[in-house]
Amino acid sequence: MRWTINGAEVDETVDVRTSLLDLLRERLHLFGAKKGCDQGACGACTVLVDGRRINSCLALAVQYQGREIVTIEGLGAPGALHPLQKAFVEHDGFQCGYCTPGQICSAVAMASELRDGAPSYVTEDLTAETIDVTPEEVRERMSGNLCRCGAYNGIVDALTETYAPAAEADKREAA
Amino acid sequence: MTPFDYQRAADAAGAVAAGVRGGAKYLGGGTNLVDLMRETIERPDCLVDVSCLSGGIDETPDGGLQIGAGVTNAAVAADRRVRERYPLLAQAILSGASAQIRNMATVGGNILQRTRCGYFYDDAARCNKRRPGDGCDAVDGFNRNHAILGASPACVATHPSDMCVALAALDAMVTVEGPAGPRQVPLIGLHRLPGDTPQIETVLEPGALITAVTLPPNGISARSRYRKVRDRSSYAFALVSVAAGLEMEGDTVKDVRLALGGVAHKPWRALAAEAALRGRLLTDAALQGAAEAELSPARGLRDNVFKIDLARRVIVDSLSSLAQAREIVR
Ligand SMILES: Cc1cc2nc3c(=O)[nH]c(=O)nc-3n(C[C@H](O)[C@H](O)[C@H](O)COP(=O)(O)OP(=O)(O)OC[C@H]3O[C@@H](n4cnc5c(N)ncnc54)[C@H](O)[C@@H]3O)c2cc1C
Ligand code: FES
Ligand code: FES
Repeated sequence: MRWTINGAEVDETVDVRTSLLDLLRERLHLFGAKKGCDQGACGACTVLVDGRRINSCLALAVQYQGREIVTIEGLGAPGALHPLQKAFVEHDGFQCGYCTPGQICSAVAMASELRDGAPSYVTEDLTAETIDVTPEEVRERMSGNLCRCGAYNGIVDALTETYAPAAEADKREAA
Repeated sequence: MTPFDYQRAADAAGAVAAGVRGGAKYLGGGTNLVDLMRETIERPDCLVDVSCLSGGIDETPDGGLQIGAGVTNAAVAADRRVRERYPLLAQAILSGASAQIRNMATVGGNILQRTRCGYFYDDAARCNKRRPGDGCDAVDGFNRNHAILGASPACVATHPSDMCVALAALDAMVTVEGPAGPRQVPLIGLHRLPGDTPQIETVLEPGALITAVTLPPNGISARSRYRKVRDRSSYAFALVSVAAGLEMEGDTVKDVRLALGGVAHKPWRALAAEAALRGRLLTDAALQGAAEAELSPARGLRDNVFKIDLARRVIVDSLSSLAQAREIVR
């Protein structure tokens, strides 16, 4: 079976029962994505597939052949941190760090959903062309990522600081 | 997980040919099936991947929309036509699960997802769905999340979908491809009440493939709202949810749609409440009477009696706030 993972072609023979998460961790030793619950309930295993966030624990690797998968290792590296990684450090967006790779992958996709104007459950006007990056929107959109340490306030600060100015700039450009 | 073969279906006919074999199961996004397979509650020997089939949302000749069964929940909710013409559906989907799960989950899989009853998930417990005739540990157990309408002594589980509650209110039709050819089933007639055979959850024959959901032209978009009450404000299943739509003529109810989630073995279209309101003046008394008409057959269990009152209040509040809301004209 073949996938593109963090930009590299990967070819592995795995049992069809293998989840994408187990492929990443057990086979490819990419330990960024975490196994929190293994049932879709925590978001620690969040990765990007063709730019969209999914829970890799519920994904069968066989179903994702040929797709482009990005994990936290593909977003930033020591010395070359992703802007969100920096924002997490600045705003105390974590304590133990277990949920952080999932939070950051999730947030990267959240930003592109916001850019596309995709509404959330708390979006008042479903037909609005642009959506403000408010703490309320961020909390709802990030609800699929739990944090046992309760670093939520720092996470929301890191995300609104990183993405709200970008959204403002987009709006100015559109106007 | 027990071993299985995996195959990707090239088209609906190929999927059905593989899917009718006993032991085969269709795979959508896998968000429910993979979980249940890991718990060995589902043990298919063959997975027929249908997630790449029927991936479009198209206009129908009469002005409705046809949504392919393979479209992800996220893509339905983000579709501009759905947001403008069927906001109830977009809201219901967005209230469910998480962004990650909505990116994976398909329309077909959402409709046929199985109950979240803890005893269904626990192989050490008795469950008539898993082992017909075994008994039901939920009836006298922890049943806070369980059904208040249409349940039976054999099963008190609920259908967990939010999307289906909106589809029920919208009069959606489901297109099914089966060994006997294609047919249409109204969504509100697709899921069954448990009766003595709770293991039979729908009217679909084994191997039937859902290929599309069709929304009729009237999306009651001028006044509609999906309200979901749950234990935390996001990423939780409904205790009670209400999909409501209202069309007024002055102070009189011209048309009303009402469906409930979290209360029954199927998405519950509240036909009795609707009948009590249609053509009537929309007063508080009329609203209370309509909720009563729907909920008088409701029965609570040890832990879920509160749902009866909760459902009553959410029905009344949803409809009266819709009546007061400004009509959205598009
Ligand atoms: C943590 C968590 C929280 C959740 N919260 C919510 C919530 O709040 N609200 C809510 O509504 N849902 C919720 N869900 C459930 C989620 O919506 C469903 O798991 C999802 O919609 C199922 O879709 P799928 O494509 O992944 O289905 P799959 O898991 O692939 O399949 C489910 C079933 O449908 C069958 N199937 C799939 N496609 C077809 C087809 N085309 N024709 C015939 N049969 C088919 C499969 O054989 C299987 O039996 C939650 C799930 C999780 C894991
Ligand atoms: S490990 Fe995947 S959601 Fe918890
Ligand atoms: S930082 Fe510890 S779980 Fe989130």
